[in-house]
Amino acid sequence: MFNIVERRRWYFLFSALIIVPGILIMIYSTATTGAPFRLDIDFVGGSNYSFQYTADGPTEGDIREVFRNLTGDEVIVQQRGEPSEHKWSVTAGFYDNDTQEAIRESLAQLGPLDEDSFNFESVSATIGHEVTQAAIAAVIVATIVITGFIVVAFRQVPNAFRYGVCAIAAMLHDILVVMGVMSLMGIVLGWKVDALFLTAVLTVVGFSVQDSIVLFDRIRENIPRYLGEPYEMIVNRSIWETIHRSLATQLNAFFIMIAILLFGGDTIKQFIFIFFVGLLSGTYSSIFIAVPLLVSWEKGEIPFLKGSGTLHQDAEFAEA
Amino acid sequence: MGRHVRWLIFILALAIFCVWVALPETTGLQTGVNEDGEPQYLFKVQQSLGLDLVGGLRVLLEAELPPDAFTIEDLRETANSVSRRVNALGLTEATVQIQGNNRILVELPGLHDPQQAIEAIQQTALLEFVDFTGLRGYDLEGEHILTTEQLKLLEQRGLDVESASEEAMLNPLTGQPFETVVTGAGLQAASAVFSPTRPNGQPEWHIQFSLKDEVAQEFADFTERATGEPMAIVLDGEVLSTPIINGRLEGTSIITFGQQSLPGESPLETARRLENQARTLALQLRSGALRIPLRVVSAENIGPTLGRENVEPSIRAGVLGVLVVLTFMFVYYRVPGIAADLALIVFILLNLAVFKLIPVTLTLPAITGFLISIGTAVDGNILIFERIKEELRAGNDLDQALQLGFERAWTSIRDSNFSTIIICAILFLFGQTPGAAIVSGFAITLALGLIINLFTAVLVTRTFLYVLVGVLRSSLEKRQWLLGV
Repeated sequence: MFNIVERRRWYFLFSALIIVPGILIMIYSTATTGAPFRLDIDFVGGSNYSFQYTADGPTEGDIREVFRNLTGDEVIVQQRGEPSEHKWSVTAGFYDNDTQEAIRESLAQLGPLDEDSFNFESVSATIGHEVTQAAIAAVIVATIVITGFIVVAFRQVPNAFRYGVCAIAAMLHDILVVMGVMSLMGIVLGWKVDALFLTAVLTVVGFSVQDSIVLFDRIRENIPRYLGEPYEMIVNRSIWETIHRSLATQLNAFFIMIAILLFGGDTIKQFIFIFFVGLLSGTYSSIFIAVPLLVSWEKGEIPFLKGSGTLHQDAEFAEA
Repeated sequence: MGRHVRWLIFILALAIFCVWVALPETTGLQTGVNEDGEPQYLFKVQQSLGLDLVGGLRVLLEAELPPDAFTIEDLRETANSVSRRVNALGLTEATVQIQGNNRILVELPGLHDPQQAIEAIQQTALLEFVDFTGLRGYDLEGEHILTTEQLKLLEQRGLDVESASEEAMLNPLTGQPFETVVTGAGLQAASAVFSPTRPNGQPEWHIQFSLKDEVAQEFADFTERATGEPMAIVLDGEVLSTPIINGRLEGTSIITFGQQSLPGESPLETARRLENQARTLALQLRSGALRIPLRVVSAENIGPTLGRENVEPSIRAGVLGVLVVLTFMFVYYRVPGIAADLALIVFILLNLAVFKLIPVTLTLPAITGFLISIGTAVDGNILIFERIKEELRAGNDLDQALQLGFERAWTSIRDSNFSTIIICAILFLFGQTPGAAIVSGFAITLALGLIINLFTAVLVTRTFLYVLVGVLRSSLEKRQWLLGV
């Protein structure tokens, strides 16, 4: 049996190589734009327009001019798809109904606007503020409830606290990976964080904990079964016993996600991509972070956390 | 064996029921046909689709008054007025909901002209007939004036009367607010009417109205007293027109308003604009003035194109993904894989039926939540089958292995699903914030999938597997590779 946990330092290093650049990107983004991510209008208020002309229509400058004349705002205009599709999207401020109507009429005057493809979304600053507060509350509640759940699920195992901490460490690992990727995508592709991004992150947390629990469950079961075996061996055995399940399960989730990424509607792809990255990280972290951390802790390798070796000693004691 | 056959019959019956609910566009017990030839139902279910799939408008309106200036009753009455206006737009599935203590959410699926709809909904539509005695020769059309009725409303709402009177015009003869004779609340009926031949030769749109009995007398008396004097028709403080009273007005009367064409407008465009204006105004007058003025705090308009662009690829992607999962389970786990595949099909049918029955509004995130729950639904089966393989390798016989596999995997399945269900509950609550409503759909379908999965992954799979084992026992005992070992 190949010893997975033995090479734990390499896994920690590998994760660090992904997480640290992610954090640096977030710091860079904060320094240059004032926030680690580009926030969508869900959180900050404003409006998004997307529309399409049926034939050769206006240029980027023409569209910007419309908004400048009617609102005085400098807006962000982006062409989407192929230039031959004449698809545009605009991010602007929050305007009243009359201004919006004027904007739509002016855009229609620039060229043959396809009325059926005209979409807009506007959010006032108040609503944006409420969503931000609700999002913060959701994250705090999720953290508390998930921690509580892990403690309850492992209450009968010796050192339940350790299992909880390691599962949470794996969860933080996944959150950091996803945030780093999102920050990078924000800088490179202009992706914005919206309410769905938060949904993806929280659901990833749910699945990540789910993975860790299945693994820990097996360790919990194997400890009395293989009394006398060193803790590291028991843990390693448990990983190998559950690895088929982990991989088969993830593979099925990936089939569905890849299908959506390749063939699904455009609007949802960003959400699925983030989800995909999170799930990948979640599978990795439960096997290569959560469990190896348990072993490191047991062996006293983590600074300030003394490994008691209790599990091992208890086992020997019980055998004796 | 008998127990499993009973379960099998139950599951098949359930699956047939789900097909009956899920597949037809409209399911129900048809009781007959009405006069128009449309079927009538005793029990009817239809899948409701979200705005991002059918296109349409969602507007969140907020009271433009401080919270202590109105009661929840006022808000309800305002929502009713909005609802009447929305229904008059002729949309079938419009919804108007009160949110919190100062907001109204309006959803209009299938709507094409969002700005006009918002305008129709949002106008306060306070109509007044105002005494303009002695003001003949003053041109006040288009001016904003202050009236006694407006003052009364301002005081009721606890707003600053001083600043309002600075902005609006007072009666130049008295220096006081204008005298309101009758308000729109006294209207009995109002409709937009087109008269092709006006005395001045120009065709025009106007509003025909009649007054309720309580105020008709008062109005008739006033017009008799003020014959030969002008009267102003004022909407939301703005003077629409100042006709001269010809004599005592009783029964049906008309309101005229400015009919000039705007610069750069073709005659056809003018005609269309005036018609819209007349119809919107008549509609607002019929539905009554809004007790509370409303402002738009968020709006979302999806054109029908985007909806169509979203639905088909998502369904195609879903079907493709499911086919790959079914194939994988069969190839990897063989006979148990067949049981899992059958259970997965039951799972999908159950979900679709539940979406219709609850009902869950399907949006793009909701469909995604459902697809992800399909992807993870086989997790329970995988846990069980891996367990069964282990038990077989450990030397247990087939029956023991099956029993132990289902028993031992159960705690893992329960605990692991539970953490995601908790997250879904939190996301659902987060989605109750008006600005994040899109999240709720995802949370509901994913949570439903996980809960239904607890039933299908364990009970349904077990039933199918035991029945398959019962039929194929001899070959399975000889060839363990059929069990994926």
